[in-house]
Amino acid sequence: MSKKRLVLIGNGMAGIRTIEEILEREPDMFDITIIGKEPYPNYNRIMLSNILQNKMTMDETIMNPYSWYEENGITLITGERVVAVNRSQKNLTTEAGRVIEYDKCIIATGSNAFLLPVDGSRLDGVIGWRTIEDTERMIEMAKTRKKAVVIGGGLLGLECARGLMDQGMEVTVLHLAEWLMEMQLDRKAGDLLREDLEAQGMHFEMQANTQEILGEAHVEGVRLSDGRVLEAEMVVMAVGIRPVTKGARAAGLEIGRGIIVDDYMQTSDPDIYAVGECCEHNSKVYGLVAPLYDQGIVLADHITGRPTEGYSGSTTFTSLKVSGCDLFSAGKIYESENVKGIEVYNSVDRIYKKVFVQDEHIVGAVLYGDTEEGNRFYNMMKKGDSIEEFTLVSLMHKAGEVDAISVETMDDDEIICGCNGISKGTIVEAVHRDGLTSVEEVSKVTKAGNSCGKCKGQIGDLLEYTLGDNFVANAPTGICGCTDLSRDQIVTQIRAKGLKTSKEVRHVLDFNDKGGCPKCRPAINYYLNMVYPHDHEDEKESRYANERYHANIQKDGTFSVIPQMQGGVTNAEQLMKLGEVAIKYDVPLVKITGAQRIGLYGLKKEELTQVWKDLGMRSASAYGKKTRSVKSCVGKEFCRFGTQYTTQLGIRLEQTFEYIDTPHKFKMGVSGCPRSCVESGIKDFGVIGVENGFEIFIGGNGGTEIVAAELLTTVETEDEVIKLCGALMQYYRETGIYTERTAPWLKRMGFENVKEVLLDPVRQQALFDKVMDAKKAVEKDPWQEIIENEEKQKIFEVERV
Amino acid sequence: MPAAEKIKVANVSDLVALVGKKVIVKGEEIGLFLTENNEIKAVNNVCPHKGGPLSEGTVSGDFIFCPLHDTKVDLCTGETPEEDYECVRTYEVEVVDGEVHICL
Repeated sequence: MSKKRLVLIGNGMAGIRTIEEILEREPDMFDITIIGKEPYPNYNRIMLSNILQNKMTMDETIMNPYSWYEENGITLITGERVVAVNRSQKNLTTEAGRVIEYDKCIIATGSNAFLLPVDGSRLDGVIGWRTIEDTERMIEMAKTRKKAVVIGGGLLGLECARGLMDQGMEVTVLHLAEWLMEMQLDRKAGDLLREDLEAQGMHFEMQANTQEILGEAHVEGVRLSDGRVLEAEMVVMAVGIRPVTKGARAAGLEIGRGIIVDDYMQTSDPDIYAVGECCEHNSKVYGLVAPLYDQGIVLADHITGRPTEGYSGSTTFTSLKVSGCDLFSAGKIYESENVKGIEVYNSVDRIYKKVFVQDEHIVGAVLYGDTEEGNRFYNMMKKGDSIEEFTLVSLMHKAGEVDAISVETMDDDEIICGCNGISKGTIVEAVHRDGLTSVEEVSKVTKAGNSCGKCKGQIGDLLEYTLGDNFVANAPTGICGCTDLSRDQIVTQIRAKGLKTSKEVRHVLDFNDKGGCPKCRPAINYYLNMVYPHDHEDEKESRYANERYHANIQKDGTFSVIPQMQGGVTNAEQLMKLGEVAIKYDVPLVKITGAQRIGLYGLKKEELTQVWKDLGMRSASAYGKKTRSVKSCVGKEFCRFGTQYTTQLGIRLEQTFEYIDTPHKFKMGVSGCPRSCVESGIKDFGVIGVENGFEIFIGGNGGTEIVAAELLTTVETEDEVIKLCGALMQYYRETGIYTERTAPWLKRMGFENVKEVLLDPVRQQALFDKVMDAKKAVEKDPWQEIIENEEKQKIFEVERV
Repeated sequence: MPAAEKIKVANVSDLVALVGKKVIVKGEEIGLFLTENNEIKAVNNVCPHKGGPLSEGTVSGDFIFCPLHDTKVDLCTGETPEEDYECVRTYEVEVVDGEVHICL
């Protein structure tokens, strides 16, 4: 029997999840074709807000790479819309005129953002947020525009508003109701949320009914029905979504609010199914992931001829992806004659919990501030557990006595991942069967944790419990033993909560060790300097000895002094001075350094300030995680092969970027021809002069692990070299993990992504401007600064008694 | 046991919070530390691992991390909780009229 032809319209999360379910049951039953209008493979739409909030990159949101389609023999057509479904011929026509025949068809076209039908809604600068493309447009606009208005204070609107703030915009949210997320939160939780967001700098206009969007060609503002007018250069509509049903309607399928389906996800045509946000089941249209996946399972069972009980609707829950505003909501959230509430409010920690009960069963829950119990209540709701044996409220118990939800005591059918409906039993089974040892592996095999990611902690607990002693604590996600938070989480929190000192960071983010350690102390000091180059006072006590004393500490506790010789160029006066100082202080070793400079080794701490004074030279910062000495060859000036004035360019690079802190040392080299005498190919930023300009290499490291640099581009002028170098430094400064060199950084970020950012003229300029602004904060030679300031010399003094 | 000898080694105002100070007392190198709790600690300045100068290390809570290889030393007891090195000698500190005295 030849295979049946199955065509999926819509390459999104619901459709692809359904196909995965089908393949799991019958890998060879169908010839599958997937048609998607967006030019991407399936990505995690839920994570778009994380892209906007600078917490994830586009690439990280891809759930099924192109290779997945190939491996499963699926024909994928992207960037093409289906314009007609011809049911009598059983074929589809795409906008490119392609005709595709089907035996079975699944419609998973999802939904569009609902645009308010008010004047001005078509103006340039008005966006409905739904796709990667919308997200990119918003990020792009945010670079040149300052004021944004988000219409709608629901889940999507608030995540969007937070994201636009992270893009540097001033954001006002307009909301029709009296409190935020009124569909999911009661007044108390809604008000708590608003207060926390206001503290982050978000502005609100409540009971705001948008009457008109103002502007000529371009949006300029919003007028409300009560006459209030708000300035805006960008307006995002986040008032709701609308199922995409146009094609289905034209094909004559039965349509309500969505495409109407029965309990087996079949439309009014038995050969056509619909799944996800585009369909309507039992008068309900869902806009969240969990139901889509429930539906996919039923559809897959049915289409492959397996017995199924059918789909009977989903219990849904909501959580918000905004740092510092943990909330959870599920089911009924308002009291009525039959629905009673049990609530706890702790204004010390701003924690609010309310559970809604009907006939001894939980029918809803709202949690704010501490959402750890969300899954437990959600499970009790789904299973219809009685609350009989529970203490309804208890106050002031010792830690651990209440609220402890141990994965150990959970039933096997309890759901761990609510988004994907994965139970404890499924995970435990997969762990045993496939020998899984990390959360990532569990996500890959079972899908648990790969949508909103909130359950990753519980998956970790489950792994630990399942594997017992065999559980190897997987590469801890925290930056050091003091915290479980990653670099990105910490930097995001610094920005979101406006944390100003490293002590504040450790306390607010609740580090295990409030004093920090030699790993996190300098890291957080660096991040604070990076985020607030002018306002954060550098914390000397958190610097490594080298950077605190502006000299390299040696194995016997003495220090080395390496003065600046820009471009490696020196003169007789400097050499004589160095000689005199070496004699005066009886310097044990004078040596040319690896970076073509002269170093005096073996000086005592208490001698340093006097040595610097005697030398009268500037620091080469050969000891720091910052711009290092630039290596260069003699170039065109003397060399018969030289194509460019390399020494001059080396000096210019060193002067332009001196003393700027980077996540790890930042080395540069300028060679005058492809023979590359200064080994530009293993520099963080390497330049090779060629006849028509300069080849730029980035991300080369000659350190512990040798990595050759990647050729970024070729530019014509020295000005362009400087510009690119500054942009690279700033991008590395902003996204690098402290002590991560450029080679692993480049690998982690993706060369193509970095290239795109650096070669985009607008972003390049913005990054360059930022690094030059940061430079203003470290303008002065650190040695001179210490020589001129007696207070700063104190830490060098040694008393003899 | 001979009676402990009290010696003035520095003024409180010479100390910088969380940055160690090296003093040499009768040929013995001693590190003085002003901790976050505003307490002054004194230990022998030589790290039991490879002899690094503890005064140049990172102060965190009641611990000092050696600048050479991050050996963690307890400023109160002189122990190295994460390694099995010999204890570092600690000295009792007394502050009188803004002067730091240690008991040798």
